[in-house]
Order: sequence, then C-alpha cells, then structure tokens
Amino acid sequence: MGELAEFPFGWRVFLRTYPWRRVDPVPWTPLSKPLSECRLALVSSAGFVLPDQPRFDESIRGGDPSFREIPSDVEVSELVETHRSALFDHGGLARDPNLALPVERARELLECGRIGSLGRVHLSFMGSITAPGRLTRQTAPEAAARLARDGVDVALLVPV
Amino acid sequence: MCNQAVCLVAAELERHAISTVAIQLLRHVAERVRPPRALFVPFRHGYPLDAPGEPRRQHAVIEAALEMLEDPDLEAPALRDY
Repeated sequence: MGELAEFPFGWRVFLRTYPWRRVDPVPWTPLSKPLSECRLALVSSAGFVLPDQPRFDESIRGGDPSFREIPSDVEVSELVETHRSALFDHGGLARDPNLALPVERARELLECGRIGSLGRVHLSFMGSITAPGRLTRQTAPEAAARLARDGVDVALLVPV
Repeated sequence: MCNQAVCLVAAELERHAISTVAIQLLRHVAERVRPPRALFVPFRHGYPLDAPGEPRRQHAVIEAALEMLEDPDLEAPALRDY
C-alpha cells in the first residue's frame, strides 16, 4: 500500500524531513449543483503526454511544473507515460493509463449520467516536483484558469 | 512528490471556484499539505485507482471520491479513507 515504507531508506529519510508545503487557509468550493449537472475534468501527475507534445523537461532542477492539455476524447492508447521517477512500478500505467488518467472511466460516468459533461481537456503534470514555487505561483493558476474558462465545475486529481 | 503536486493544484482549482477531490497514496503527505478533499487509498505507488484493466475496481475508487464532493457535511480539509 502507499506508505513511506515502500521507499528505499534514503528516500524515507528525505520524505520524513522534506518541508511539505502546507495549504493554509484551505480553500473550499462546495458543489453548487447536482453532480449530474457538473462538468468534470481530470488532473493527473503521471506525466502523460501525447506523441506530438513535448516531453517534460527532466533537466529542470526541482522538477518541471508545466502541464499538458489532453483532449477528453483521447484514445487511451495514445497516452505516453513519461514520469521520471524510478521509485514506483510503471507496469500498471503501461498496461492501462486509466489507472492514473481515467479518461475512459470519465466517459463512462458521462454515459451513465453520473456527471453532466466533460471538459474539453484534462490536464497532465509530471508530479516529481521537489521545488513547487513555480507550480504554485504560475502553472497551477494557469491550469486553474484554463479549466475555469472551459466551464469545469469539478475536478478529480490523481497522483502516482 | 506527486501527492504534494496534486494537492497544490487542487487548492488552486478551488480558488478558481472548481470543487476538487484528490486521490492520495501517502497519508503522511495528505495530512501535512492539506488539500481541500482527499481520498486516501491503500494502494501502492503507480496504482492509484487500484488495478489496471479493472474498470469496476477503478470506478469504485472514483465513486468514493465523487461522493466526497457531494457530502454537504464535510469541512476543509477533508481526508477520508477508502
């Protein structure tokens, strides 16, 4: 299961001593209408890109905070997982990208009426970001503005 | 790091009036970073929605997350076990 014990000793020490950013105050947006009327977008940190999109830049110290827009009608077979971490088993994502960017599950939620619509795009980050300053100051606000322009009401976020 | 990244993005989405729920694989991180709504799942890293090629099991996790969005009694930060 997802525990610090999964990681090698050096990483466990790092994760226990790392200065985790604290969201304070915690923003809170309650649902304003039934979920069946809401527009959903997915946000994944698995580093998915499409074949014609630039890869995440592994040379950036502290991690690449950029994101890629993934059309919500994407064929799951087109998704390329590029997460740089060697600390987890990538086999599940290779077999089924829905595991961290559930594009087909989202379309099924729409088909059965559980949600009202899907955003035009889902968003993909490469979550191995140890220095999240640019993420919080620049790219996360840009991502939020992108989804807000698309009329997204709710988002499901999935790390790996 | 992935867990922290999605928490920070979730907070920004909420500031833009988008309701969020974040899957979390490390309680240690969720408790410290404090995303608005987090569903802690007992799966190993790389498998946040349980198992590949198992739509029912993936839907079960997603449904538990969506139910957090619908729960009017939750208060921020809300952390629930799957």
